[in-house]
Amino acid sequence: MTLAIFLQHLLNALQWGSFYALIALGYTMVYGVLLLINFAHGDIFMVGAYIGFFIATFLLGVVSNGATPLPLWASWLILILTILGSMVLTAGVGVGIERVAYRPLRERGAGRLYLVITALMIGMFLEYLNLATLGAADRGFPELIETQIYTVGGVSFTNVKLIVIGLAVLVMVVLELIVRRTKIGMAMRAISYDKVAVPLMGVPMNVIISATFVIGSSLAALAGIMYGSAYHILSFDMGILIGWKAFIAAVVGGIGEIRGAMVGGFLLGFIEIFVVAMGQIPGFEWLSSTYRDLVAFTILLVILTIKPTGIFGVARRQKV
Amino acid sequence: MRKLYLPLIVLLLFVVIIGGSWLRIFNEYWQLVLLFMGINIILTVSLNLINGYMGEFSCGHAGFMAVGAYVTGILTVWLFAEDKVFGLPVLPAAWAIPLFPVALIIGAVAASLVGLLIAIPSFRTRGDYLAIVTLAVNYIVKSAIENMEVIGGPRGFVGMKRVMNNMADVLDVPWLLIWTFIGMIVTILIIRNFMSSTFGKGVEAIREDEIAAELMSVNTRRVKVVVFMLSCGLAGLAGGLFAHWPGGYVNPGTFTILKSTEVMVMVYLGGMGSISGSIISAIGFTLLLEVLRPLGVFKWVVIPLLLVVMMLLRPTGILGNRELTDVFPRLRAIFGSEEESYALASD
Repeated sequence: MTLAIFLQHLLNALQWGSFYALIALGYTMVYGVLLLINFAHGDIFMVGAYIGFFIATFLLGVVSNGATPLPLWASWLILILTILGSMVLTAGVGVGIERVAYRPLRERGAGRLYLVITALMIGMFLEYLNLATLGAADRGFPELIETQIYTVGGVSFTNVKLIVIGLAVLVMVVLELIVRRTKIGMAMRAISYDKVAVPLMGVPMNVIISATFVIGSSLAALAGIMYGSAYHILSFDMGILIGWKAFIAAVVGGIGEIRGAMVGGFLLGFIEIFVVAMGQIPGFEWLSSTYRDLVAFTILLVILTIKPTGIFGVARRQKV
Repeated sequence: MRKLYLPLIVLLLFVVIIGGSWLRIFNEYWQLVLLFMGINIILTVSLNLINGYMGEFSCGHAGFMAVGAYVTGILTVWLFAEDKVFGLPVLPAAWAIPLFPVALIIGAVAASLVGLLIAIPSFRTRGDYLAIVTLAVNYIVKSAIENMEVIGGPRGFVGMKRVMNNMADVLDVPWLLIWTFIGMIVTILIIRNFMSSTFGKGVEAIREDEIAAELMSVNTRRVKVVVFMLSCGLAGLAGGLFAHWPGGYVNPGTFTILKSTEVMVMVYLGGMGSISGSIISAIGFTLLLEVLRPLGVFKWVVIPLLLVVMMLLRPTGILGNRELTDVFPRLRAIFGSEEESYALASD
């Protein structure tokens, strides 16, 4: 494997890992505050992508009659409007689910695992509602920005790839700042530290929980649009596998930790891309791409066996 | 006299189900529904041991089912049927009848050995981290099967139909339903007796407080290994039965997270730590799937909604952690253990 090919795979892995990391962030934030594995999150990603698809198609239809290529500023404007609109609407969906399904259960004192099952059901509901209303055919996500291919020293990359990676990194930095430097972030960290005492100190639990769902869902929407822009294919079940895998990534990083979600997501992306890439090296031809899941999950299993609370997770001391 | 009620009811059920199927009173569709009911009961009751009684969160039950299905299926096809891969049958077809349960047991043992994969990490890991381990094991099993070209890879494994046909040629009774019924009864008895043994009390102690259990001389490691191996083994048994369903094939796509989710839903719907709840919800859920079949795609929109509403109305599942005999004490005369029914008689 020459350096150029290695860098090429590295870029692909960064892009692929960005999706995992963005989705894993949503899992990890909700988990940190509520100790709830929000299994509907993968489908929120799907909902975000579809909302983005409809907004983008609508805007493209309004602005152009399809014949002339749009000016550069217009396509950027559409991209930004699509992202913002989808983030807002998807956040609404996320908070709505929390209000309708999770909060009543929580207030009735149902066990944690019943909430998890409810989340699974909500995810299934979103998938099949999509399938039943929009049909089984895949949707093609419109090309919002004309794809350009650059080649530097044998490594070729597209502008979309750069935007995906750049946005993912930017979002993570902003999120880390929100959680570390703002009042609402402090409240989130406080709640994940002690769920009994913190509400007594006047921290409004429900507001913080809603805020968490807003952030998590809008990140999933962002990931959905990026995914659509990069691969151009949307289907009703696109969120299932990527959602489960992102959850695994979040846990391997140490669930409840923002840095953990990033590291876990990129790690999973790297492993998956490089398992496939290794198959091209002489001597490793047996390693076909069908081994991707097998190798990736075995590595993650080994990591969890060695470090049971994930890479960044800190074992909470138990009082006896 | 009281002791005889339960065996009599089981015998009656057996006669009705098997006799009805044998005489074609139940058509093939209903036989299939009955088969899936039995398999679902085995899966649900066995997962309840981990998720309900021990309070862990295993979401990879379908993986163990897959191991059981493939091991049992390959064994029976290799031994009793002509196959492209394995060639002529090793043993005459008549032997299939006595040896079929042996193949089922070997499949269950194989599944319980794979269960060690989650039992060993569970010494140090708990809760959501263990959930991931089970999830990963499910993916690993599925992925491993997909990569074995000998047994069909992603296309699946066929040939079990010939085994069942061979058995039917020798003696025409609904063999699969018989073994499913027996497997179901054995599973329920094993879990029930296991949970009322001192070992079972140790399992419940781990759920309440692992450290306290350890202090009270519960050998937590041993309990965990036994629980995981038992539960996974029974899932393998369900898989072995499933492999011989009239469709005649198994493929890795059947044993995904979705299948695991289905089993989990049945466990939590019935109530954590309630065998009768598991049985009721497994029967109910299987029936619900069939009743809503006319809705087509909308079936899977309606079912999750129904379940969410049900969760909101009864946040602990149908029976919570109680048994049917706790809700209707009179049933204790039939289903309760001996001491319980004596206690009732002396009231």
